[in-house]
Amino acid sequence: MKILVCMSVVPDTTTKINFTDNNTKLNTAGIQYIINPYDELSLTKALEITEKSGSTVTIVNVGLADADVVIRKALAIGANDAIRVNADPTDGQYVAEQIAEIAKAGAYDMILTGRESIDYNGGQVAGLLAQLLDIPSVNVCTKMDVIDGKAHFERDIDGGRETIITELPVIASAQKDLCEPRIPNMKGIMAARTKPLTVVEPKVIEGYSVYSQFESPVAKQAVQLFDSQNAAQLIEKLRETKVI
Amino acid sequence: MIGIYAENSEGIFKKAVLEAASYAKSLGDNVTAICISKPNEGEADKLAKYGINELVILEGISSFDAQNYAKVFFTVANQKRLQTIIIANTYEGKSLAPRISVLLNASLATNVVDFPNTTNGFTVKRAVFSGKGFAYVNLTRANKVIAITPNSIELKENNTAISVSTINAENNTKTTITGTSKTVGKIPLTEAEIVVSAGRGMKGPENWGMIEELALELGAATACSKPVSDMHWRPHSEHVGQTGITIKPNLYIAIGISGAIQHLAGVSSSKVIVAINKDPEAPFFKAADYGIVGDAFEILPQLLTAIKSGKN
Ligand SMILES: Cc1cc2nc3c(=O)[nH]c(=O)nc-3n(C[C@H](O)[C@H](O)[C@H](O)COP(=O)(O)OP(=O)(O)OC[C@H]3O[C@@H](n4cnc5c(N)ncnc54)[C@H](O)[C@@H]3O)c2cc1C
Ligand SMILES: Nc1ncnc2c1ncn2[C@@H]1O[C@H](COP(=O)(O)O)[C@@H](O)[C@H]1O
Repeated sequence: MKILVCMSVVPDTTTKINFTDNNTKLNTAGIQYIINPYDELSLTKALEITEKSGSTVTIVNVGLADADVVIRKALAIGANDAIRVNADPTDGQYVAEQIAEIAKAGAYDMILTGRESIDYNGGQVAGLLAQLLDIPSVNVCTKMDVIDGKAHFERDIDGGRETIITELPVIASAQKDLCEPRIPNMKGIMAARTKPLTVVEPKVIEGYSVYSQFESPVAKQAVQLFDSQNAAQLIEKLRETKVI
Repeated sequence: MIGIYAENSEGIFKKAVLEAASYAKSLGDNVTAICISKPNEGEADKLAKYGINELVILEGISSFDAQNYAKVFFTVANQKRLQTIIIANTYEGKSLAPRISVLLNASLATNVVDFPNTTNGFTVKRAVFSGKGFAYVNLTRANKVIAITPNSIELKENNTAISVSTINAENNTKTTITGTSKTVGKIPLTEAEIVVSAGRGMKGPENWGMIEELALELGAATACSKPVSDMHWRPHSEHVGQTGITIKPNLYIAIGISGAIQHLAGVSSSKVIVAINKDPEAPFFKAADYGIVGDAFEILPQLLTAIKSGKN
């Protein structure tokens, strides 16, 4: 079993998002970067699966050198090695095309992604990659396992859950509830220093989209408060404004 | 030519599909809907009402498999020379949109929240940073796949005549669905127009009766904050926020939730927000339209009485 875990590096969840240069860029001043929370789940799950079968977990990231500290953290959690495609991605499609090259070269049995990156929230990479490689994919998984050469999943569907069995190779994306994310221990942190982190140059691709402008949500008007002794007024207001 | 994926939810085209139809119709006159498996009687008329001229039904596929669905969808899209495809960003839509974009060699945009601007190229507005921002993105390829966030696009009626045809599709899947469990009778959180949500302020799972009753009275879905699902007071599927589900209902009622930035990220695009919290300094009041400062255990019974007395 060889598992490839796609990992994006994103602003910490407490980050206040604002934009600079006439709203054309994210203001990165003071931002702390973390492993995308969903990718922490898929990494942990990949380790659980490979620990049973004694095989390897490789991390892949498309990003610039400043991602390396976060990639080392993933190695400290337990991945065997990492590959970074040295590029500042323009969109999910760019990321997927780069990872497809890595995936083709590596003959992985399983490729895991997060349900989405919490920065650009595309939720695109799993599906794109699956189609570029023309293999099955299962999105928003709350359970994953490999038994007798087949992959077993539970996934969210609208209003419920479903269990699925697929052939390998397969791509799956992690949803919350998949597992408890592992945190690195001292031994892991020491080991991570010498684990291989290979940097490869991107392949040149024709663009798909251009992020031209950003906008912050319109600030809310001050809240209108109702008396706690007369909460019925709130319901009246909601009725008046046809909200209910 | 423009196409939509008409997701078939147990024979029915839900509102999100009609939103996709409205979006597609705003781009041009001829819109083809492709649906996989036969919809109920009369459902095609719903599409006609929102401007769809043609419905192609693909029969012979029994269960959802993204690879197989994308392939058969593409066969029709290619034949009909569809260049722009609109898909509702549901669980199914999210699995399909990227695959279809690869097959069509198209630019892909997901989480799109508004009609496009086509004065200079083709620019869509999408939600980013879990609702903490929006991005305007130019889709530069000739072909485009656009996945729209449910409850973002205004429905526009546009009555037309619709022609319906049925094609047999090849069922070629590498996945086997071995079990399905649906919470029957409950409104799925992602589709709900009203959401009643509660946090650690409710003290314990035994106190959720009032929350569920309020949801029932309002025809709402229930949601919760992350610690509440982490402590197993409520199922994980109810957890909303940056690391949970992102929702955009017409009304979000937050009870005993502080309003941490990660929570707000998943709910702040709701059209109207109500916060109920005993702490006047709770950050939720900065994100809310309406609020009540007070004890949820005193306020909830009043709300229930007021709602019930207003009915009939
Ligand atoms: C990486 C990361 C990701 C996260 N992602 C999410 C996420 O996706 N979603 C999420 O929700 N959180 C998330 N969190 C957690 C978030 O930071 C907060 O801790 C969480 O939202 C708090 O939940 P709460 O408001 O229910 O609880 P608390 O913060 O404990 O707040 C309880 C509130 O209830 C009020 N209250 C108490 N008693 C009463 C009463 N009787 N009547 C009325 N009000 C009362 C209190 O005044 C308080 O404001 C994340 C955190 C991290 C670090
Ligand atoms: N730059 C990146 N490098 C590696 N993997 C990525 C990158 N961006 C996204 N991914 C993967 O794709 C998933 C979904 O991301 P997205 O489609 O951008 O929402 C993430 O959870 C990651 O697993």
